Amino acid sequence: MLKIESKEIKNKIEIKNLYKIFGVYPERAVKLLQDNKNKDEILSGTKNVVGLNDVSLSIRSGETFVVMGLSGSGKSTLARCINRLIEPTSGEIYIDGENITAMSYKELLQVRRNKIGMVFQSFALFPHLNLLDNVAYGLKVQGVPVAKRHERAFHSLQGVGLSGWEKYYPEQLSGGMRQRVGLARALANDPGILLMDEAFSALDPLIRQDMQDELMNLQDKMNKTIVFITHDLNEALKLGDRIALMKDGEINQVGTPEEILVSPATEYVARFVEGVDKTKVFTAAHVMKRPQPLVYAKDGPRVALHKMKKAGISSIFVVGRGKKVQGLLYADQAAAALREGQDTVIPYLDIGYPKVAPETCISDMFDMMASANGPVAVTSPEDELLGIIVRGAIFAGLSGGESPYAGI
Amino acid sequence: MPEFRIPLGDVTNDIFDQLITVIAPVTNGISSSLETFLKWNEAFLLMWPPLLIVAVLGLLVWFFVDKKLSLFIVFSLIFMLGLNLWDQTMSTVGLVIAGTLLSLLFGIPLGILASQNDTTEKIISPILDLMQTMPSFVYLIPAVIFFGLGKVAALAAILIFALPPAIRLTNLGIRQVPAEMVEAASAFGSTRLQILKEVQLPLAMPTIMTGVNQCIMMSLSMSVIAAMIGAGGLGREVLTAMQTVDIGLGMEGGLGIVVVAIIMDRVSQKLARRSQKGEEIAGSGAGSK
Ligand SMILES: Nc1ncnc2c1ncn2[C@@H]1O[C@H](COP(=O)(O)OP(=O)(O)OP(=O)(O)O)[C@@H](O)[C@H]1O
Ligand SMILES: [Mg+2]
Repeated sequence: MLKIESKEIKNKIEIKNLYKIFGVYPERAVKLLQDNKNKDEILSGTKNVVGLNDVSLSIRSGETFVVMGLSGSGKSTLARCINRLIEPTSGEIYIDGENITAMSYKELLQVRRNKIGMVFQSFALFPHLNLLDNVAYGLKVQGVPVAKRHERAFHSLQGVGLSGWEKYYPEQLSGGMRQRVGLARALANDPGILLMDEAFSALDPLIRQDMQDELMNLQDKMNKTIVFITHDLNEALKLGDRIALMKDGEINQVGTPEEILVSPATEYVARFVEGVDKTKVFTAAHVMKRPQPLVYAKDGPRVALHKMKKAGISSIFVVGRGKKVQGLLYADQAAAALREGQDTVIPYLDIGYPKVAPETCISDMFDMMASANGPVAVTSPEDELLGIIVRGAIFAGLSGGESPYAGI
Repeated sequence: MPEFRIPLGDVTNDIFDQLITVIAPVTNGISSSLETFLKWNEAFLLMWPPLLIVAVLGLLVWFFVDKKLSLFIVFSLIFMLGLNLWDQTMSTVGLVIAGTLLSLLFGIPLGILASQNDTTEKIISPILDLMQTMPSFVYLIPAVIFFGLGKVAALAAILIFALPPAIRLTNLGIRQVPAEMVEAASAFGSTRLQILKEVQLPLAMPTIMTGVNQCIMMSLSMSVIAAMIGAGGLGREVLTAMQTVDIGLGMEGGLGIVVVAIIMDRVSQKLARRSQKGEEIAGSGAGSK
């Protein structure tokens, strides 16, 4: 008895032989699956769509469990079965040892209210509610009094760095901020489990990285059990304690990022991680930093020097309208401009600064990085400054803590 | 050779005769309570000095809706007063208000019901189609049979005419709420009722308000046609004018109907738009802070 309990505490979510068939005769399709028919045969034979095919998983308390797979492989279906937004055809799901597939609707509501928070790819914020009420929504439906739920929503917003935005409406925010609200809403009632279905897939690369970092920071403090859905290998490698790879509704392999990379269990997994050489997988967009601070074309040498000094850097990009790069300014040049009594730094710029497109592979940047004196600019075709890469960042990016194969 | 004729008319008469004797107590009950409601409604509108109503309405619209519209209302209503058509106007307005209120009272809940359940929608939808495609003259007759000549029959006809848009647009508005909103609400443990109240109805409000506006306009147009079965009001002026070929009287009555139509349409539309804008303003107010 004791043994079972300790095991259940360790496994926050336990999924046993889960099937989901979309269609009219789901039981018949399950039989066919058990007779080793595949997804396509069942679709053409019975018009039923296989969503999940005999999925069994144990997700440990406090781990970030990433589910990865191509489009249509059943990732969303799996996530939605966990809170029964999608009703499984057969199989069992245990949360904290309780079989939620056998629960009544009332009990299920309690599980959704207290144990599971969900973050959506499309954010799914309520446009008619301000941020505070959006975040407080889950508490409201539980009947928490208004003062108390606003207080908790306030703290939750604070936790994702959105203090002072309580009275704004979702449409007034950028995508990244909206998803912070989505996260705050999911965390407001302090659930043990966080379901994140492609939560960052709709965000720009830089914002996406920020959000991944932020989630990892939050997770260090919160220690939630996170089920994170993605089809992005890099995201999976970065966030996942363990990764499950799905294909056609089946789990192909579950393992740590390292296991997945080193010993792929099936050809599908192998293809997924094929030739993962980080320098080829990672692009400039992955390792670039936010270009801050920046000097604007109107700024004089004094401002430029002040900004460099404050940031502790010896060169800085100067941008004009629409963040269009004008050139790179070195500290000694700025000092020269000051000495010569100029009120602009434009003539002192290095216009031969190194630049790359965001999709450039890191492996193609090594030579450039080696010869660059300062940062490399990551620019759009219109010369808009998207980010900068400093030399250290590449190596940090390649060998940083999240690297699953520092030793390979 | 005996003339062959399908006796549909006779059969219908027989059926209705039977039906009426059976349900007479019910229709009489409904009829008398509706009559009281209508009388009360009209009496209330006629209780006040016309100029007071004009002034109050003008001020309300001036401060809460739109200044230009307020001026139009004041001038056109004084014009109606000058034409000696005040009582008829109030009679029509009273009937329209009663018709709209009743239609919304039944229409919005039915629309909500239809939105929650595909079977309900499938049952209600063809009935609404029938109600909307049937020429209005056709159901003026049963209305008279059940409720007798007069305002109650008119109200019944209005109800048949104005109910469909209220039901349809409520249903449509709720079904148009993005599935992801409903899914998010479910994921946080909302009951069906909470989803409806907290998410679906607020997001459907603009469409429902369009339904309210349509409901008002349908009520007005039917209240004019229903002059033929004793609805009274401005419609009767036009009807009398037609029967006596009195072009002048027709002009006056017709103008009155147009005035009432414009006022009701504009006021309800502006109010509907404001209920949306109110949110926007609240939003951008916070934004500029
Ligand atoms: N409501 C539904 N009715 C019928 N089939 C469905 C339904 N929902 C999902 N499916 C099918 O189930 C399979 C798995 O879908 P699912 O949405 O879980 O994939 P996914 O891995 O999340 O894909 P994506 O990366 O595109 O989001 C797909 O073949 C899909 O067509
Ligand atoms: Mg999906």
